[in-house]
This record gives sequence, structure tokens and C-alpha cells, in this order.
Amino acid sequence: MIYLRRLLPYLKRYRKMLIIGFVVITLSAVFTNLIPFVISKAIDRIKDHTEGTSLLNYALLTVGFAIISGVFLYLTRQMIIVVSREIENDLRNDFFAHILQQDQQYFHFHPTGDIMALATNDISAVRNFLGPGIMYTAETFINFSMAISLMFSFNAELTLIAIVPIPLISYVVYRIGKSINYKFEKVQEQFSDLTTKVQENLSGIKVVKAYVRESSETDGFKKMSAEYMKKNLELAKVQSFSYPIMFLLTGFSIIVVLYAGGNKIIDGELTIGELTAFIIYLGLLTWPIISLGWIINLTQRAEASMKRLCEVFDSKPGIESPLEAGENTNGKPGELRKIKGEIEFRNVNFRYHHNFPYVLKNVNVKIKAGETIGIIGHTGSGKTTFANLISRLFDIEDGELLIDGRNVKSYGLNELRTSIGAVPQETFLFSDTIENNIAYAENIFDKEKIISAAKISQIYKDVDNFPKRFDTMLGERGINLSGGQKQRTSIARAITADPEILILDDAFSAVDTYTEEEILKGLKDVMRGRTTILISHRISTLKNADRIIVLKEGTVAEEGTHEELVQKEGIYADIYLKQLLEDELKELE
Amino acid sequence: MAEEKKKNTVEHEDNEQEEVLGKAYDARLMKRLIRYLKPYTKWVIIAIILTIGVAMLSTIRPYLTKIAIDNYIVNKDSAGLTKIILILLATLIFQGLLQYTMTYLTQWIGQKTIYDLRMELFEHIQKLSMSFFDKNPVGRLVTRLTNDIEVLNEMFSSGIVMVFADVFIIGGILFFMFSLSWQLTLIALSVVFPLIYATVIFRRKVRTAFRDVRFYLAKMNSFLQEHISGILVVKIFSKEKRTLEDFKKINYDHTKANKKSVFYYSIFFPVVELIGAVSGALIIWYGGGEAIKGALTIGILISFIQYSEMFFRPIRDLSEKYNIMQTAMASSERIFKLLDRQAVIKDSEKPIPLNNCKGNIEFKNVSFAYIKQDYVLKDISFNIKQGEKVAFVGATGAGKSSIMNLLCRFYDAQAGEITVDGINIKDIKQSELRKNIGLVVQDIFLFSDSISNNISLNNNSIPESRIKEAALVIGIDHFISKLPLGYGQNVKERGVTLSQGERQLITFARALAYDPKILILDEATSSVDTHSEILIQNAIDKLMDGRTSIIIAHRLSTIQKCDKIIVMHKGEIRETGTHQQLLELGGIYSRLYQLQYKDSFV
Repeated sequence: MIYLRRLLPYLKRYRKMLIIGFVVITLSAVFTNLIPFVISKAIDRIKDHTEGTSLLNYALLTVGFAIISGVFLYLTRQMIIVVSREIENDLRNDFFAHILQQDQQYFHFHPTGDIMALATNDISAVRNFLGPGIMYTAETFINFSMAISLMFSFNAELTLIAIVPIPLISYVVYRIGKSINYKFEKVQEQFSDLTTKVQENLSGIKVVKAYVRESSETDGFKKMSAEYMKKNLELAKVQSFSYPIMFLLTGFSIIVVLYAGGNKIIDGELTIGELTAFIIYLGLLTWPIISLGWIINLTQRAEASMKRLCEVFDSKPGIESPLEAGENTNGKPGELRKIKGEIEFRNVNFRYHHNFPYVLKNVNVKIKAGETIGIIGHTGSGKTTFANLISRLFDIEDGELLIDGRNVKSYGLNELRTSIGAVPQETFLFSDTIENNIAYAENIFDKEKIISAAKISQIYKDVDNFPKRFDTMLGERGINLSGGQKQRTSIARAITADPEILILDDAFSAVDTYTEEEILKGLKDVMRGRTTILISHRISTLKNADRIIVLKEGTVAEEGTHEELVQKEGIYADIYLKQLLEDELKELE
Repeated sequence: MAEEKKKNTVEHEDNEQEEVLGKAYDARLMKRLIRYLKPYTKWVIIAIILTIGVAMLSTIRPYLTKIAIDNYIVNKDSAGLTKIILILLATLIFQGLLQYTMTYLTQWIGQKTIYDLRMELFEHIQKLSMSFFDKNPVGRLVTRLTNDIEVLNEMFSSGIVMVFADVFIIGGILFFMFSLSWQLTLIALSVVFPLIYATVIFRRKVRTAFRDVRFYLAKMNSFLQEHISGILVVKIFSKEKRTLEDFKKINYDHTKANKKSVFYYSIFFPVVELIGAVSGALIIWYGGGEAIKGALTIGILISFIQYSEMFFRPIRDLSEKYNIMQTAMASSERIFKLLDRQAVIKDSEKPIPLNNCKGNIEFKNVSFAYIKQDYVLKDISFNIKQGEKVAFVGATGAGKSSIMNLLCRFYDAQAGEITVDGINIKDIKQSELRKNIGLVVQDIFLFSDSISNNISLNNNSIPESRIKEAALVIGIDHFISKLPLGYGQNVKERGVTLSQGERQLITFARALAYDPKILILDEATSSVDTHSEILIQNAIDKLMDGRTSIIIAHRLSTIQKCDKIIVMHKGEIRETGTHQQLLELGGIYSRLYQLQYKDSFV
């Protein structure tokens, strides 16, 4: 319960509702337990052949008690279960807030699926403990004390006989539950293996077909399927056992009471009404007894889930705003200083993990505010890393990165990142309207700004042709747009951000050269007086930059203007020549 | 303005994501499902008999209680009481045994049936053509084979059988109650109508509530999924705060929907208890009156209290079973739809055997498009003789891979004819055609299995010795032997990371082990280290040796070993000849050479 204890602050928040919940659950139990008492009195009256009118009173009393108990039962659920839903909501908000604070490194090692599982399954498990778990614990406890004290008032000895099997039943339920959980986990494991197998088979279907391996694949699947069935049947063995055994134990206790109680009636120590009450009470207690074992399992599962959740709550993001920046990582704006856009890499060495090789090696680059810089190089030469470091998506361990002469780490993250407008290499749009996607970076909505950005990025005409224009909804990741349209939308989004530093990372790869030229022409006006970094493996993108940097295996290999570099006959010139040839080939009909 | 902007988004709720639930019972689907039970008819009958037994034994007990009270307790017959208690105990134990057997048996039948269905579906999918896999994402097919089948499992093992059991139990209760007192039965069970009414209303309300819950849950999950995979964008634009605010709203919509369903449950449960209490009150009031008159006994009253309690339980569970059936129908519909899907590429009715394939290949005026009218191959004709080695070169999208796909008959061409040894490949059985072709695709695909199984692809006709020999010839035997588990090493296990070159060599060994007459090799473009490069070049020599070879080449060294080079451009053959001839021609090839192959010497 170490981890579940951390739910206390949440529970405290709903203290009032919980207290009311416990009061009404007690009252509901009191009235429920009074019903058998009334019935027992009625039956004794019947046995004594008393007048029929009092029977009607007893009947009405039963219904009355049931109504009162029902109202309280309704209130109980409205309090305790509703609180559990509220806490689930709070917990999920806090969870997501923590996730948002994590740095890129975290997401590299935690696949989206894992985080999703935490947000859904684990939080649900905790919710089950908070709602049904707490409610049934309280109900069981109160029902128990009520029923047993009433039974004692009838006959102490018989009560003792009746409740002897109860701990045994709870224990059996607990053990069976534990065994079921264990076997269930095995089933789940096999299920995920089976899923992986199917996934793999379908991803490799071409190899399977080419080598005519359909039959051996089927055999392999058959084996796993059979194993899955076997695991399921092992689970079924225990599961099938649970219902009859509980039934047997509770039934046994009723029969014992009938026997002992019957003999007591014969001896005149007990009335038939009281025996009936005993039988009804045992029926009432069956569910709480069974639920006791169930609750223990629920709690254990919740504890395990809470442990996993606490790992997230306790993991500190590697990249945070400095305290003096006066903002938290959720982006509460501190006092914003205007960034001019001068960038300097000083002896920067960088690798993503201490087990991985260096991606950038001793990089020294100074970019003046307002300058347009082109970065070119083969795949894996470190271009994207270069851009990511400016946005401080990763921290440098060796060397220094200065913005306007100040270390990048001294800026608040919000302050830094709102000054940068980036078009990431992998275009990512949200399933929202085009308009909202373009205005993503903006806090104040300005339609004219959106239109002008759309015009510059050459997406305006496309949008204008959509039936719903800017209100067109994009599918997940923008699947209803072409690659080029997506990239142009992403460029418009960066322009709307009105940044001091604009970074375009391979932003034209799906855009044809003509459109690219148009966009670059439009950008020229926008970027006057702002720093622009154009990353590309295409000469056409950056040949007009003030300066071009050629990266090779993480080091700056060449530097200069387009003309200077072409004359150098180095890497840049080679890429240039090849691209001329490529264009020539494309022109061929 | 900012507020308005957000509103915009919320309005656009796409209902497509919503799970569409239809009928809980569809005779056509049910009939087809029941067919899967046929092999287990005997066991199904036994399960039904057991169910009847359980129903009888569990309903007889209140009746025995009545006898215990009326005949022995009231008459102070201690010995008789002992006797009836022993009978009660016996029925209890016997019922426990029967119930266990029945539950396990039904689970067993369910599992067997599900296993059969899953295998049928898997085998069926294996037979479908490549074009099917282009159109259906892997994830969707996985869901059919796993989750949808799992839903049916629930129906087979708990849904159907439990409905049967409930029907028998209700029948048993009615039998005993009526035989004890039909008047009291009618009065006690008069509350059944309000109960059914309440259940129906509840089910309807809770269903819409659950649909809302599912809708908002899906929305919340896709929001999470989207913003976690797009976390980079959130961060570079510093939008964590707004993202959290948006999430909070969606999260609370989900909570609200849940609270609504909690509300219905909060009403339903007390109402059910109340109805039960009314029934008890009626038994006391009417039954008690009758008992005083001497028309009924105390025992009958007590047994009626027990019976009415037993009677209500199955009716209460009705809504749950309804849901199980409903989802099962939806899943089975999807599964059957997939099962009814026919392979586009079928074997000929009277296939011509391809005995002793020599490896002569001819394309005659072949035109092909993956999507209608969008031709990727235009009127292609060429001829490759037995043992000849031909390189296909061209820019991406020139149509090289399509030639390979057509020759393997993964797709059928719209026009023209492809022959192997003079036989149209449409007249050859697909399996026979492919057995004579060794295909090495560009995207290296290894199964998470041992190296030896990755080479043999679990083909029992390929002995260990041949696997080792293939690896030896390809030049990776030495490397494999050094692995902790040698040939038994799983290629995807942690700690063992094979380099790109090594992975490629394993796929070469695979092709070699199958010893095909025709080799199709799509060279991987990824660069490898020098050592692997030398191994790969040698391995390609060995692979091509004595085989008709079609190579989609990316290495000059490979091209130079070929007898002929075919240059493809925009779906057409533009140049044909040897390396030297084509260079002299000064056409497309000479440009490609400078672009791609010139520097590929390592």
C-alpha cells in the first residue's frame, strides 16, 4: 500500500463527499439488515396464527425499509463512485501534465504505446480500487457487523456455527483470485506473443509468399494458437472451480444452520422465524464474503498500477527552465526578453546517449542575427541534431551554445521556443482544422495573419479549392493532405509563429522546385531582419543563402557561399553536379 | 476570438470512429457461427445435459428446505431432519461437481471452436493476393485475428451457455413454485413485469451512456496518442500549457459521460432491490394470510422467499448478456466478411506443370498499373535466356520493382503475357512458379526466430547441413558460429544486434538454400561497412552462379558481372546493352552511371 498511499491528497480533495458516502452507506446497510428481522417476526406471527391485519403492517414495513435503504444506496453510489471518477479525472490530468514536461530523451525510451497503457489501463485499475474497492469494503464491513449482531440477538451459538466457514470462504476466494490473476497474466503474455506473430507474418507476407512458406507459417501459428488455447484452458480450470466452490461453501453453511437451527427449534430454543432470518442473512452475506477476496485482488492490482504511475510522477525532466527565468515548464510566461537571433556553437560535441557515438564533433559556428544560413550534408551528418540543439530539445554536455551571447540554458523554455519557428523534418499536423493547424503557435487568433502565411507558403490556393476552405478538418497526422500540402501547411504554421529564428529542416522535400522557389521568394520579405536556418540535401533550397555550411559525419567540412563552394570542388560541388544530372534525367521524356 | 477558435474544433466530431453496434441476434450470422460447433456436437449435448442437471439440483434445494421445515422441524422429528440434511448435502456436492464439469466443458468447447475459427481465418489470409495487403493495413488484420476472435470466445464460453443455463433455472423454479402453490406463485412473481420493464429501460439508457463513454474514451485516447507522437511539435512551439488545457476538457467530457452511467446504475440497483422486497412483502402478506388459514405451510413460505430471490438474478444479468451478444455479432460480421474475401490471383483450373524449370523468361507487351489507368509499366517486352544475368537500372519509380512483382505473380498484368520456359505464368500453379524463383527484396525482412530458421524459413526439406552450407558459401558461417547460440541464435533477441550487412547476408543465404532456377535480387541501397561490402559482392557472385538472374542493381560491381543491362525510364525500356555499349551511347545510362554507380566502389 506504499504507492496507493499517494492517493491520499486526492481523496482529501473530496473529503466531504466521501464522509457523506460513508454515512449513507451505513444507513443503507442498517435498513437492509432490518428487513430479515421484520420477516422473522412476521413468520413467527404466522406460525402463532395471529390476525392477518398485522401481516399487512409487516409487509408494508418491509417495503418501507427497502425504499429507505434504496434511497441511501442511490446516494452511496452518487457519492463514492462519483468521487472515484473525479479522482480518475484528476489523476489523468496530473499524469498528462507530467508527461508533457518530459524531454525528448524520455520519449525516445518510452514508446507511445507504453505511455498510453499507463494513461488508460493503469489509471483504470486505480479507479477500480477507489470506486468499487472502497465502496464494497465499507459495505462488507458494515453488513457484517450489522448482520452478525442481529443474528447474535437471536441465538449466539447458531451465529457462531454460521460464521465459522466465512473466513474460509474469503481465504478460498483470495487464493483462487490470485491463481486466476497469475494464469490470466500467462494468457495475456501468450496473447501478445500471438499478436506479435500475426503482425510479423503480415509484415513479411511478401517473403512468405515468395518462398511459398504459407503452410509452415500456418503450422507455426497453429502451434502458438494451440499454446494459447492450452493457457486459456488452464485458466478455465481454475475459473470454473471458483463459482462452484463458493457456492458449495455458502450452501454448506446454510445447510449447517438449517440442521443446527432445526434441532434447536425442536428443542424449543429457536423460532422458525428466527431460523428464516438466519437463512436470509446468510444469503445477504454471501456477496460481501465473496467480494472480500475480490477486493484484495483489486487492491493488489491497483498497487502494482500505482507503482508504475509513480515512476512517471517521480521522473524529473532532464531539460527544465532555469529557476531565475521565472517560468515553469508548462510555459507560464515570465518577463519576455526580446531575442535578437544571434546563434553561436562553441566547441560543441554531442551524442544522444553515452553508449552512442558522437553526432556532432567539435562544431564551431557563428550565425549573425538576421543572417540566412544553409546547412547541407548526407543523411546522418548531424543536420537535424544541429537544429534540435538550438530549440534546446537536447542539452549539450560538452561545449557551449549561445543565443545573443547568453548560454541557451539560461533562457526560460517558453521564452526560447516562442522565439523560434521551426518546420521539423517529419511533418506533423494535428487532426484539427487547417486554420487551427496554421495558427497553432498563436495565442491570439488573427485571420489575416493566417491568410498571409498561407499565401507565402503557397498553400492558400489549395485551401481555397477545398469545399470547407480553412475549416477543412485534417485526419490524423493530416492524412487527407498530400505530402507537399502537409509540408506547406507546416511552413505556414512556422511563419505564423512570427519567430526571431526560423528553422526549416528539410521542409521542401515533398515540394516541387518551382513551388519551392515561390515560397523562398515570399519568405525573403518575412525574414528580413530575422535569422533563418535552411537545412536541406537539395542545393536549390539553399543556394541563395548568405552562407552555406556543409556537414560531414558531425563536423563542419566546408563553409562559404554557393559560388565559393562550387569552385572548391569538394563535397558541395559533388552534390551540386549530381543534382544537375538528376534534374536532367527527370526532364527526359 | 481565441475561444471561438477552440469551439470550432469541438463541433467537428466525426462519428465514423464510433463503434456501430447492431442487433444482438442475427439469424444468418448465428447459423454460420453454430456451424463451427458441429465437430463438437457430442460435447455440446453433454454440456446441455449437465446444464439441465445443475438447474434441477439448484432449484430442488429450497423445496427440500420446505420438507425439512414442514415434515421434520415442525413435527419435531430429529432423525428425519438429519436424513433430509444429508440429502441436501448430497445435492449440494453433486451440483458442485456437475457445475464444475459443465463450466469447464463449455470453456473447452468455446476454446476449441475459437481455435478452429482463428486457424481458418489465418490460413485464409495467407492465401489472399498482394493487392489485398496493399489495401489493408496490418493493424486492421491483426485486430481481426486477435480481438475480434476474442470477443467471439466470450460469446461461446459464457454468453450462449449461460443463457441456456438461465432458461433452465427459471424453468426449474417455475416448476417447483407452481407445484407448491400456483396462486402464491402468480402473486410473488407479479413483480417480474416491473422488473423486466426496469431492466429494459435501464439497458437502453446505459447503452447510450456507454456509447458516449466509448466515444469520449476514443477521443481522449486519440488525443493522447496524437500529442504524444507529435510531442516534438508541442515542444518546439512551447504549447504544453494549452495542450494540457485541451486535454483537461476532453478528459472531463469522458468523466461526465462516466458519471452519467454511474447515475443509471445508482438508480437501477436500488430499484431491483426494492422490487425484490415487494415480492417478499407480497409473500408474507398473501402467503402469510393463507398460512394462517391453513392453506399453506410455513415451509412453503420460506421456500418461496428463496425461490423469488433465485428467480430475479438471471433477469438482472440480462443486460450484460445482451451486450456480449451484440459485440459478438458485430465481430463475427467483420470476420465473416474477411473470410468471404476471395483471392484476386487464382491458380488456373488446369495448371500446366513446370517440370525441370530451365529459367527462360519472356515479357511480351506487358502493361501494368497498381491503380487503374496509372500505368507503371508500358508495353514492356524483353527476353531472358536460361542462365543469363540481366541488370535492371533506372531512377526510382522507373518500374523496376514492378517487373519483379509481376514475374513472381504477386500481381497480374493488365495487358500482355509473361512466360517462363514458354508457359504463361497464369497457367502455372503459383506455388510451383515461386518455388523456382529465389526472391531477395530490398527491405530486408527477418523473422524473430533463430538464424537457421530464418535461412530455411522452417522448411523441413532443407536439412541443417544445407543451411550451414549456404551460410558457408555466402561467407557468414564464421560470423554465425561466433554467436553465443550459433545457428540457434534468435535474430531479434536483446544484446544481439546484427548489422545491416549481416542481415542482408542472411537473406542471401536464404535464397541460396532454396537453390532456385531463377534469382531475383533487389539490391539494398543502404551503405554497409567495407568488410560486409566485400562479403556481399562475393555472395552475389555465388548467388547468380548458374541461375537466370534478374538484378535490380545499385552497385557497379554487380552491373559489370551481368550479361545485359536493361535501362528503364518512366515505365518503359529505353536502352539495352552491355555496360560499355551503353556508356558509349551517352544516353540515360551514362547519366545514371555518373549519378549512382561511379562512386560505389569501396
